[in-house]
Amino acid sequence: MTVPPSMPPAISVGEVALSCAALVKRYGDVVAVDGIHLEVRMGECFGLLGPNGAGKTTTVEIFEGLTTPDGGRVEVLGQGWGEGNDRVLRERLAVQLQETQFADRLTVVETIAMFRSLYKRGWEPDEVIRLVELEEKRDARVGKLSGGQKQRLAIACALVAAPQVLFLDEPTTGLDPQAKLQLWDLIEKFRSRGGTILLTTHYMEEASRLCDRVAIMDHGKVIALDTPSALVESLGADEIVEFSLEGFVANDRLSRLPGVRGVRSRDGNYLLTVSSVAEALPALLAEVEIHQARLVGLTTHTATLEDVFVTLTGRKLRDA
Amino acid sequence: MPDVIGAKPRPSLEQTLPPADAVETGPLTGAARDPEASVPGATPPLPEASRYRPVNPLLELTLARIREFVREPEAVFWVFVFPVLLAVALGIAFRETGPATVQVAVEADGRQGPGSGSGRLMDWLEGRSDIEAVLLSPEEAARALRTGRVALVLRPARSEAAASGNPAAGETVSAPSPLPDLDSEGLVYRYDPTRPDSRVARLVVDDALQRGMGREDVAQMRDEAVAQPGARYIDFLIPGLVGLNLMGSGMWGLGFAVVQARTRKLLKLLAATPMRRTHFLLSFMLSRLIFLALEVVAVISFGWVAFGVSVHGSILELGVISLVGSMSFAGLGLLVAARTRTIEGVSGLMNLVMLPMWLLSGTFFAATRFPEFWQPVIQVLPLTALNDALRANINEGLPLAASLPDVLVMAAWGIVSFLLALRWFRWQ
Repeated sequence: MTVPPSMPPAISVGEVALSCAALVKRYGDVVAVDGIHLEVRMGECFGLLGPNGAGKTTTVEIFEGLTTPDGGRVEVLGQGWGEGNDRVLRERLAVQLQETQFADRLTVVETIAMFRSLYKRGWEPDEVIRLVELEEKRDARVGKLSGGQKQRLAIACALVAAPQVLFLDEPTTGLDPQAKLQLWDLIEKFRSRGGTILLTTHYMEEASRLCDRVAIMDHGKVIALDTPSALVESLGADEIVEFSLEGFVANDRLSRLPGVRGVRSRDGNYLLTVSSVAEALPALLAEVEIHQARLVGLTTHTATLEDVFVTLTGRKLRDA
Repeated sequence: MPDVIGAKPRPSLEQTLPPADAVETGPLTGAARDPEASVPGATPPLPEASRYRPVNPLLELTLARIREFVREPEAVFWVFVFPVLLAVALGIAFRETGPATVQVAVEADGRQGPGSGSGRLMDWLEGRSDIEAVLLSPEEAARALRTGRVALVLRPARSEAAASGNPAAGETVSAPSPLPDLDSEGLVYRYDPTRPDSRVARLVVDDALQRGMGREDVAQMRDEAVAQPGARYIDFLIPGLVGLNLMGSGMWGLGFAVVQARTRKLLKLLAATPMRRTHFLLSFMLSRLIFLALEVVAVISFGWVAFGVSVHGSILELGVISLVGSMSFAGLGLLVAARTRTIEGVSGLMNLVMLPMWLLSGTFFAATRFPEFWQPVIQVLPLTALNDALRANINEGLPLAASLPDVLVMAAWGIVSFLLALRWFRWQ
């Protein structure tokens, strides 16, 4: 990440907020985290992108001090867990977990005030309620909130601690697009105030919108790590052509077509990374014709992180 | 505040520009108060000074417990209404019914009319208020005895003699009505001597007949009926119900709340905060204090108003006993819930712990009725200790010092189970 020139020198961006090395966590025979190295800087929004079961949640929970790793070293704000300073460390962190359900019979403000009381320093509950735009629901029972409102309440319970590092585990999973946008706004507000965020997601648009840097995880390993734009650029192509065939065309034939940078295929589904659709498409159609194959479907789009994942693993994020 | 947007020129920003109003209306409260803080990253995202004084975490957690409880109507029913209903039902079942009568049958001797032995016996028995007699054929009488409708069957053995005989002169003056002429072999009592009510009936009937025929008492005895408050079944029952209720609400109240918070991943989230573990567990114990007072008051005042069961001991000491008892069950409840993952699991464990105490600890009848070799176990159960201490205070008016062993038993259960719960507690 490049430090914007407008930032004053006092800013601590660049200092390491979170780091881990050779991190390993096993559950029985399953290796959930398989020797990963990560470094998250102060003031950064860092994303762990990957399919379900990739080890994102385990990694985050190790950073949160909720899970003890089987191997490797973890540092949070320059300290390790279990070194006698855990409570001091927890004062500076806040966590949102997947699937936490708050007590239905407490109101929004009561829930936030309870979390506030657990920290020495923090924000006034009503300030946070304003921040997450739940003013109208201030005195409503938690059980009566919608999914998006509950998720904003979860963020509010984390923000009320005025944390330096915020951990978000799939914060928008299961939310409708409107609620998702609201939550993204909220995360950006925290980020713009200098907060550090470690976020997991399996939505590539979420990662590319919110994150300064993204680590793509699969099967407990980090398979790529860079800024979202650098990851997309690494495909060497601006656009993607996806199609399905009844029939067969060899990958190396396709890769020699003009404008094509890369080819991946699986069960008759093809993904071409191309520098120019205008150049590649006529040549592709001609090639299909030559092989007497039949085109079943064809789409083109601008390259995204999803395509990076597909290119690296051969699978899509959602079905992986 | 255009610098807020400009501060983060990320490559991905052009794809997904935030809504324009996000910056305008965003309540960046710290920034609004403190211009310096609007520089991103210059300070941690903290308001510099907040007027807000957070409540003490222990108090806030306890308040949350109390709010959750009082907003759950079912819980309120089980804790406050159910024990009162139980007291009503049992109080009615065991209410005082006045002096009991004995139920007897007289075997008909085949001849009808006032001249027959059975007929005259019936006439005489009808004048007695403590004996209720029916005239039945021998078969019917046997059946009534077998099914428990009567406790005793009277069979006049020598009805011929009775029919022709005269009442013994001079000796029946005190009898309410002329008795059939019965000598020592004149009547057979048929009954099952293992049935207490049959034996009572035999004694009552025999005594009445013997006196009616002129037996004189050699010594003057005097009866004194004991029915004063403090010695009735309901007096025994009310302290037991208080104890039972403290056990039920303490264990269910804590066990359920803890396991529910665990299944909802709330415990895990709390474990990620700087909250002290002891604060969390203590908040459950403390919230019990509030309800403890209300529960005890509900049952005791009901017993007082409806049945005249009064507290003979010191109210303050009663409070201490209830408090220690309640804490011991709160500790047990926490222990039972310390590692349980599901509501079903905790329900099973609760029943496993509480059912033996329901039966053994002397709530509905004295625990001393169980065999001698069970007593060492029964006497160290927390509910036995609580019930004994409550009865010593409420019924007997004894000072707390008399119940010290019971109080120590309860305190030991509470402290040990709380410490074990703290040690074994599973947060995720």
